[in-house]
Amino acid sequence: MAKDGGFSCLRRSEMIGIGIGELESPPLDSDQVHVLAVDDSLLDRIVIERLLRITSCKVTAVDSGWRALEFLGLDDKKAAVEFDRLKVDLIITDYCMPGMTGYELLKKIKESTSFKEVPVVIMSSENVITRIDRCLEEGAEDFLLKPVKLADVKRLRNYLTKDVKVAADGNKRKLTTPPPPPLSSTSSMESLDSTVESSLSLVVDDDSLIMSPESSTSPVNSPMKRLDS
Amino acid sequence: MNTTVVAQLQRQFQDYIVSLYQQGFLDNQFSELRKLQDEGTPDFVAEVVSLFFDDCSKLINTMSASLERPDNVDFKQVDSGVHQLKGSSSSVGAQRVKNVCISFKECCHVQNREGCLRCLQQVDYEYKMLKTKLQDLFNLEQQILQAGGTIPQVDIN
Repeated sequence: MAKDGGFSCLRRSEMIGIGIGELESPPLDSDQVHVLAVDDSLLDRIVIERLLRITSCKVTAVDSGWRALEFLGLDDKKAAVEFDRLKVDLIITDYCMPGMTGYELLKKIKESTSFKEVPVVIMSSENVITRIDRCLEEGAEDFLLKPVKLADVKRLRNYLTKDVKVAADGNKRKLTTPPPPPLSSTSSMESLDSTVESSLSLVVDDDSLIMSPESSTSPVNSPMKRLDS
Repeated sequence: MNTTVVAQLQRQFQDYIVSLYQQGFLDNQFSELRKLQDEGTPDFVAEVVSLFFDDCSKLINTMSASLERPDNVDFKQVDSGVHQLKGSSSSVGAQRVKNVCISFKECCHVQNREGCLRCLQQVDYEYKMLKTKLQDLFNLEQQILQAGGTIPQVDIN
């Protein structure tokens, strides 16, 4: 098995597969940091996914706030399978997305009982102070200016491993510091893995760049001040 | 391995990539992308930029259609396309493309169709130009590898 969990030597089709959540992910190592990345841009999902994996995170990438809620089991539909052992250590989301903005997703996560302790990081291409403040006030852990760099992701990684996180099932779990080599043969693969894997197959990306039906195009952008460099 | 040939190719590569930065085709984000490539993922950058160029082509077509009829321009749709293009170009370090997008956005906001059409033409030109340049760069990389050499790390700072 490849050292980094099977995603080496990505072919184009495989890269697209990552973007649309198609790829069979290796089973979740309970000591490995699991990040949920949300971005409507396929290209950005591929880049953020690579950035995170290079820093030894397991990544699930989805293309909208709705998909994120669906993945977390926070959508209105009652999940057939209980996700009470779904382990998400960090959620990183784009701000400007059609349908549901990153800010709206942040609010929903912070309102939930299962995931309100999970740190949420917002990414945005626009350096708008009011936007940043609003997100931080709503409980965002950090705000990254796009394009995201390796140093940004490394910084996120650092403050994650120091925390004692309350997992979704209510158990306190201390995350490991510098993660062991990806294939730690000592960890037992729990049955939770199949739950996560099947949920991944639900995550389907439209892949097309056409916006979701209910959105007006870039609704958030227009009223905001632009401080484009 | 002919070390002279490899050294020459590496020098060529170095000079070429530095010139791309100096001429503003690429910015620092491209070098960030290169950091994400390793022996395990030797085609990462090429794959990502290929995706970017496909995006460009698709978005330009969509925006062109939106701008076609003078009496019926959907500026919101054009703006959405520019927003995406600006985002993608920023993510791969395609600086010139990104800069055109900034002007393009302005034209959308003031609903200047003529301006938009000019920007559209410019963005088309710039992405195609970059595509050619990067193809040359990747070809150089291949030549180096085939000659048994390694791709030089280039520090542009």
